[in-house]
Formats: sequence, structure tokens, C-alpha cells
Amino acid sequence: MSPRRTPSGGRIDRLRTIRFTFDGTAYAGHQGDTLASALLSNGVSLFGRSFKYHRPRGVLTAGIDEPNALVTVLRGDVREPNIPATMVEIYEGLVAVSQNRFPSLAYDVSAINQLGGKFISAGFYYKTFMGPVIGPLKGTRFWMLCEKIIRRAAGLGRAGNVPDPSRYERMNAFCDVLVVGSGPAGLSAAREAATSGARVILAELDPTFGGSANWSGETIDGEPAIAWASDIVGELRDHDNVRLLKRTTVWGYYDGNTLAAIERVGDHKATPAKGAPRHRHWTIRAKNVVLASGAFERPLVFAGNDRPGVMMASAAMRYANQYGVLPGDKIVVFANNDSAYSAAATLNKAGATIVAIADLRQDVSEDCRTLARECGAELLTGHAVIATEGAKKLAGVKLAAFSIAAGVLPGNARKIEADCLIVSGGWSPTIHLASQAGARPVWDDDLQAFLPPESGNGWYGAGGFNGTFSTADAILEGFAAGRKAAGQPEVEIGTAPDIEPAALDPRPAPVFEIKANGKAFVDYQHDVTADDVRLAHLEGFVSVEHLKRYTTLGMATDQGKGSNVPGLAIMAEAVGKPIPEVGTTRFRPPYAPVSVGSLAAERFGDLKPDRLTPMHDWHLENGATMYSAGLWHRPMIYGEPGETVEQAYVREAQTTRQAAGIVDVSTLGKIAVQGPDAAEFLDRVYTNLFSTLPVGKARYGLMLREDGLVFDDGTTWRLGDNDFLMTTTTANAGKVMQHLEYFLDVVWPELRVHLTSVTDQWAGAAIGGPRAREILAACVTGTKVDNEALPFMGIVHGEIAGAPVLICRLSFSGEMAFEVYSGSGHGTHVWEALIEAGEPFGMVPYGLEALSTMRIEKGHVTGAEIDGRTSARDLHLGWMLSKKKPFIGSAMMDREGLVASGRLELVGLISLDNRPLNGGAHIVAEIDTDNPHGSLGHITAACFSPALGKYIALALVSGGKARHGKRAHVSDPLRNRFGPVEIVSHHFFDPEGKRMHG
Amino acid sequence: MLITCPYCGPRDVSEFAYQGDGNRKRPDPASTDPETWNAYVYDRLNPAGAHNEIWQHAGGCRAHLAVVRDTLTHEVSSVRFAREHGAPTHGRRKSGAKA
Ligand SMILES: [Zn+2]
Repeated sequence: MSPRRTPSGGRIDRLRTIRFTFDGTAYAGHQGDTLASALLSNGVSLFGRSFKYHRPRGVLTAGIDEPNALVTVLRGDVREPNIPATMVEIYEGLVAVSQNRFPSLAYDVSAINQLGGKFISAGFYYKTFMGPVIGPLKGTRFWMLCEKIIRRAAGLGRAGNVPDPSRYERMNAFCDVLVVGSGPAGLSAAREAATSGARVILAELDPTFGGSANWSGETIDGEPAIAWASDIVGELRDHDNVRLLKRTTVWGYYDGNTLAAIERVGDHKATPAKGAPRHRHWTIRAKNVVLASGAFERPLVFAGNDRPGVMMASAAMRYANQYGVLPGDKIVVFANNDSAYSAAATLNKAGATIVAIADLRQDVSEDCRTLARECGAELLTGHAVIATEGAKKLAGVKLAAFSIAAGVLPGNARKIEADCLIVSGGWSPTIHLASQAGARPVWDDDLQAFLPPESGNGWYGAGGFNGTFSTADAILEGFAAGRKAAGQPEVEIGTAPDIEPAALDPRPAPVFEIKANGKAFVDYQHDVTADDVRLAHLEGFVSVEHLKRYTTLGMATDQGKGSNVPGLAIMAEAVGKPIPEVGTTRFRPPYAPVSVGSLAAERFGDLKPDRLTPMHDWHLENGATMYSAGLWHRPMIYGEPGETVEQAYVREAQTTRQAAGIVDVSTLGKIAVQGPDAAEFLDRVYTNLFSTLPVGKARYGLMLREDGLVFDDGTTWRLGDNDFLMTTTTANAGKVMQHLEYFLDVVWPELRVHLTSVTDQWAGAAIGGPRAREILAACVTGTKVDNEALPFMGIVHGEIAGAPVLICRLSFSGEMAFEVYSGSGHGTHVWEALIEAGEPFGMVPYGLEALSTMRIEKGHVTGAEIDGRTSARDLHLGWMLSKKKPFIGSAMMDREGLVASGRLELVGLISLDNRPLNGGAHIVAEIDTDNPHGSLGHITAACFSPALGKYIALALVSGGKARHGKRAHVSDPLRNRFGPVEIVSHHFFDPEGKRMHG
Repeated sequence: MLITCPYCGPRDVSEFAYQGDGNRKRPDPASTDPETWNAYVYDRLNPAGAHNEIWQHAGGCRAHLAVVRDTLTHEVSSVRFAREHGAPTHGRRKSGAKA
């Protein structure tokens, strides 16, 4: 009987039993258990199957660095895959399942992979799918063939596909000192900072504060470490300036001392508390950070090091001391350093037999010899484990003589029966956050580890993070770091606390791998072996970053927390360089996997605001079909029953040209340009002159970008000497505002001009058609609207149904037309009055489709033609380029490329086969459906023209005017539309403008 | 990343809109020298280190700010109103110089 619960001891509550299932089997554990400790206490040693070879795997660690024991937790239909069993707190009714096995964990058919030997060796994917494969199954196709098979065989847990019903939330926090980690160093730092009055946040990823104090079994000044820790936590709780966050992993360290953390609020509960989120994302801005994140014990790389029953020594100690669980009865210890000896002593005290201690070193300290003797273990110095035995769990180990210089020595191997092998290959400080913050770690030969620099820009380190492994020193370092982080002057550090038992020497022998026959794993989770690393080197991979990508070493969900340094050491040996010269990889966020839900939090679904015009409800009530134009909702058509879209817009446009129509133009960008230099400012930003515009008149204006290409167009109205109302296209309203603000603020700060966006303050209705003036006359009071009072481009103030309005006579449709602006609060009121006045004249409301149809008939340009590539001349707007003044874009608009012949110019097209044309279709001289080529340009906008009775389009075509009257073809392979067209002027309808001047 | 707007105080970068390389000086509008204009419109410095930039506090007071930012660390060492101080002050390249 191997792993089992001890009769006493540990931090679990034996009086509280919690029931759960794993792979359908019911188990019981206690309050305080993780899934890993509870399963071990039930004698379970097989937790999962490995990634590529489907080898049986147990649990290797007791914490967040667990690479093997990954499980999927089910809550109803919601699956949460790839969670380390060491991080799952059990709760009543927990349902967890193992991963990557078929049909069951115990009988897995894919385990045959490992018999096939080199089937999935290093770089398998690259070689198989990227390499030059000869024959019909070229790389990509071969991949598609194999993909399904491999995806089933290799991989981690399966993601769910039902919506996650959990709630997530985000918090922002500010503090003077953020302490990461609550072991003795972190607690000491937090206490010191809190006492000075600093605002402190203490974040601990485990459910209990205290870190190693929970399992070290030490006493601090005569008091059990755990009591020492809870005293300090109690003290911190009493401070108003301290926030304690448990189950909170700080996973990202960003610039400006901004840190990201995830708090697992509800994962340990059967049913979440009312209103509580599942996870809470924290954005913490800290003046200073104390990194007290501890260290990870590293595995040794040897054949069979992945068999269930092999465990890290510190993890075994933690299971015994914190969870009251013995990972085995007959335990062998395998180490290159002293720390495993205290684990051996702990396990022995808890009731296990320590059969033997194999130490890679010849020379072992007297302290260790005493510990070995006390726990009755046979001490084999200068020995290594060269193989492990057993099927799904460990049955024994093979030991051989070993020397650090020569490796495994020839001679007979010795077999020892054991159900548990605990391993220690030294310690790697958890420097991930410092590395994220830009710190360059330094290799330390004594500790055989990368250590962080003394401090960074905004952080101080303490304890195991610094490579300081004695609790007494960790507490002193925490004290100092807490003071510094809180901005307190340095003080003489008092005497070190008295720790029992005395600290052992943490320095390991420089051995990472024991070379022998059999698969020796470096990265357990991705099944990367020592041979894979060497193979990668043989194939020419010398950079660590390339090695990582090629072998996928350290790229699994554990991000190589245990495998990084051993992998580097094996690479260094292969390259023949010392480890620091091979380099280390820079750690990147997140430190541990983060739920996507916590990042999104409340921000999901449609995140865009809906912009509605003041007349929105009227449109809906009157049968409009709406569609979105950017953020705006605009009427497309006001369809009558049975009408198609085309029938509706044709009717609307036709009625407008015959009688009158009205359209909502509230979405146009509107900017108030005011001040003594307003006219001068407009002269600089528009290509044409505005200083000459009389008060009470409007003018069409064109803007270029600095590079000389067209930016935007619109009309600007002079309401007073120093008061202009600029309109922009709907799409560019924001961009134009920013453009104007930039020039006013950065380039011409001397101009006395003020800009105000008034888009939302005005409602706009444009009415056009032969009866438009009569309709206005019927409802406008306070002003005349005849040709004398309101000439083309004239502006008047008046009232409609008691509401003040501003009317400008300008035309986009080509008809006699007026834009009527009112305060947006009066928008619907004025609109309804206009509708009522228009009724006797047969006026209809029209939507964007009819608007677009009429503008195509008139050849007016919009965003489709002003596409960031066209010049004013391309659009036949060269007449608007003033020669009397410089303006934005004037210096660049005559560049060689912009005046070259053959540029795409605006033309009109008429469909000669009487079929519709499509935007985006190419124009070619001759059709070649098999091999479309020879584009002369493309269609920008198309419609059926009721005025011409034909399908027409605007297009940008090379040569432009020179092709008027010539035939060409549309070539649109995507929509399989080919056919003849005639190229004509873009002024299809009323080119002289008689109708609008009328 | 925080930018300390002289009006609004320290604000998150998400409130700001980047408005380009602050080393650019607009040529005399009357000038038609293609080299000068070309350098102004197209050449951008891309230093690894301190960089002069223009940021607009688009989600705040809308002022344009002359910001000196370290492109390696995102450390912002100076923020001033572009209106009062023109382009930021960390060095200045010769006009037309390629970088
Ligand atoms: Zn501001």
C-alpha cells in the first residue's frame, strides 16, 4: 500500500470530510486538501498520461510548478482543462477527470507510441510538415491527413464548447508596497512596510498565507513556524493600510510598476457566494514591489525519472507536513545537495521507511550523515539512480556508482525495492517577475542557479527569490526589503531569529543529468528528453531561443518552471560552453495560466456604442430598414410591403427627382470653428479659400493630407465674421477633428481659433426635389425662402413649428435642395413638421440607398473614392486647388508620382448587358475568365439609375477621361460577373446643374 | 504606462492617442523644396531609448503633449504642452537626416 494518510499531523481538518470524484470514482478527502493530496491519501498514484508518449504519470510537485498531474475540472457542462491537481482545492461534489488517455487512464492504447521509439522526436513537426516532401503528399496536405490522428493522440485536456456562465470582474488597486509571496521573507517585508504606515498589498497564490512556514516543520524563536506566520498575518489584518490577497497569483510585471494578478475567488467552492465572481483580475500600480516569490526545486534528469512515485523531495515533505500524506512507505532519496536530507528526516518522522539515500557527491557533510543515520537510511555517496522499475507505479530503482567527473561508473547496478523515490537537483529562484521587469539574471556557480540582480527599478528581492535559503536570513532580507520599499531609512539589522533545525548547505553538486539507457525527461509536460535536446544541437540549433521552439522545451503550460535550467545545462554541455554563456531565456507574462474570462471581465458582447440620430425612433416607426454606418444606425430604405431593396430605393430616388424627398443627415460631422483667426485657419486647412466667403453663405471645401492626397470634403458655412460651421463626411468626423486640433495645438498655436465638435448638438434634414422650395415655404416662418432670400449656397435663420432652424441651400442629390438644421432636441419635431408640409407635394423619406443612387448619378465623391490613394486631380477636383496660398498638402500634391499619366481617375460606367455592376469589380480591356489579368481599375460604387434606366457605376480607371466613350469589361471572378461596359463621364445626370440652381 | 497630463494628472495610456514623432518640424509653408517636405512627411526617428513624441489626451482635455518616452522601458521622463513648448526637447535631428 503506497501513498496514504498519516494518523495525525498536517494542516488538514480530519473532522471535516469532503467527497469528490476523479474519473468517475468516488473519493473522500479533508478540508485543507488539494486534489493531489486527497488522491495520494487514497492511494492513487496514477494521475495522467503524458503529452506525446502517453506514459503514465503521477504527481511530481505540490505546487504551481506541477508538470504532470494535470486534470480537467467539470462544473455541469463547463470544462476547465489543464489545471494542476496540486492547485485544485477539493470541495464537496468536485468532479475531476484525467487527461490525454483513451479509453481510460489505466489502459491507454496510444501508450504504444513509446514503443515506437523515435516516432515523435525533437522537431518532428518541422521535419514532417515543413520539409520538402516529394510526391503528392506535400507538406500541407500531409499535415491535413495526419492532423486529426495526431491531435487525438498528442495534446493536453480538451476545451469545452459551452458558454461559461461564470462572472468575472476587474479591480484596480494602488499601493506603496506590493509584496509578492507570503513566506517568511514576504511576511517579514509586509510587516515592516505596514508598520511604517505604507499602503501594502500582500499577494499569496496559495489558499493560506505563510509559504514554506506551512510545511517546513521549523521553529522560529521557539515557536512553530506556522504559528509565527499566523501571528504576523493577524497583525497585518489589524492594519487599515494593508490588503491581504490569498489565492492570488501575480502573473505580469509591466512598465511603470504596473502588475497584473488573478484572484481565484470561487474555484474552491461548491457554489460561489452570491454576487461573487469566479475570478477577479487585479491591475495593481505599486510604488515599489517586494519580490519574495521563493524558489523551485529542480528535478534531476535520469532514465525513468517520470514514473509515478517519483516526486520532488520538497514536495514529499510538504505532503507530509502540510497535508498529513505520506507519498510512500519505502522511500529512496536521490539528491545532489543537502536539502533532501531534511525531507528524508520529515518523512521518516511521519512514519515512512527511508530505505536508502543515493547522493551524487562523494563528500557529504557530517550534518547530512547524522540525518541519514537518524532516519535509518543506508547512505550511498557517489551513487546515482540509473533506472526506475514498475509499470504504472514505482516498484524499485537501480543504483550505480557515479562520479561527478566521469558519470556512471562501470560495475554492477544494484536494485532496491521502493514505492517512492524523492529527488532533489538543487533550487532555481523564482525570478520570473523580475525577468519580466527587465532584470538580467546572473549565473551563480555556488548555487548552480540564475540569481536576480540585487534590486531593480522599483523592486527589491528577499528570501528564496534571492537564492537565500535559510529561513533566518530570509526573514532579515524581508525586513530590509520591506523598509526600502516603504521608503524608510536603513537601520542596523538586529539579530537573526533562532531557527530549529539548523539550516543545511543549499549548494548542489553541478550535476543535472545521469546518462544511462532509457528516456530521461527534461520537460515532463511536453515529453522532451535529454536526447531530444542533444539531437536539436546535432541538427544545428545553438541558440537557446531556437532550441526552445524546436524541441518545445519549456513551452508547455508550466512554462518550464522545473525544466529550464536542466535543459540549459544539457544544451551547454552539448555546445561545450559554460551555462552562463549559453544564456537564459527571458520570462514573459503570464507567470502561470490566466483565465481569459478574467481579462475580459465585464467587457464582453458588443463593446461599441450605438450612435442614434434624434429621428431614430421615427425611422423605425415608419418602416425604415436600418443598417450601420460606422457606429451610426441609418435608414437604408423605407420599404413598402412586397418591395425589394432595389425597388424601394428606385422608387425613393425617382419620387425625389419628380416631386421631393427628405433624408436624415444628422450623422454628418459638424465642427464649430470660431475665433478671430478662424478664416485664416480654414484657408490653411482647405485647398480653396474661405476668407473670401461672405457671412450667410456656404462653400464646398476640400482637405488634403500633408502628403498631398485627398483627406475629406464637405461644406463650411459662415455664420458670422468669426464663426464658421464646418461639416465633414460621417465616416471622417473624428479624424478631421483630430487633424484640425493637431495643427492648431502643435503647428499653429499662434492662431486664435477654438474648435468644438457639435455633431451631436444639431439634427439635420435634407429635403430636395422640384417641390422642395414650396414645401419649405409652407412650413418655415420668420424668413423667406425664395431665390432672392435663399440663393444657391445661401443660409437663413428661421423657425419651423416654433423651433429655430438654420437652413442652407445646398445639394448632394443634384436637385434643388436644402439642409435644415435644428437643435437635436427639436430634431423629430422639425422633421415631423417637414413631413407634414411635404405630404401634399408627394414628398417621401428616403434612405442611404437612394441617397447613394442620386450621388452616383451626379458623380459626387465619397469615402469609396476618397480612399487615401486618390489626388484631387484624380477626382477631377483640380479646380479646387487654390494657387493663391499654401495649404496643407500643397507642397506635396504636385510630386512626380501624383501628376503622372496613367493614374486611376474617376469615370462613370454604364452596364451594356443590362445587368447589375458590383463595387470592387475590376475593369479590363478584354475578358479572360481563366486567367483574369490586366486590371485598368476598379468600381467604387454601383446602382440602378432610375434617371437613366440603366445599371451604372463610378470607377477609378487608368487614363480616365481619355477613355470616355470607349468600351471595356468588368472582370469579377469572385462573383463570376463578366460583361461589357461603356466608360463615360462621371456626371451622368444633369451635368450643367440646372436642376439644383433652378 | 502612465502619462502625467499637465492639466489632468497621471492617466492611463489608454486615454491618449499617439500623434507621431515629435522631432518633426514643419517646413515653411511657402517652401516647395521637395527634400525638406519629403523628410517631414515620411522620415521618422525610431530610436532605442529616449524619444520625442506627440501624444494627444484624446480621452481627456484633448491637449497635445510633448512627451519624452524611453522606447525600451516606456519610462516617461518629461511631459509638456506642445502648444507652449513646441516639439519635445530631447535632442533634435538635422532636417532631412535619415534615421
Ligand atoms: Zn489632459
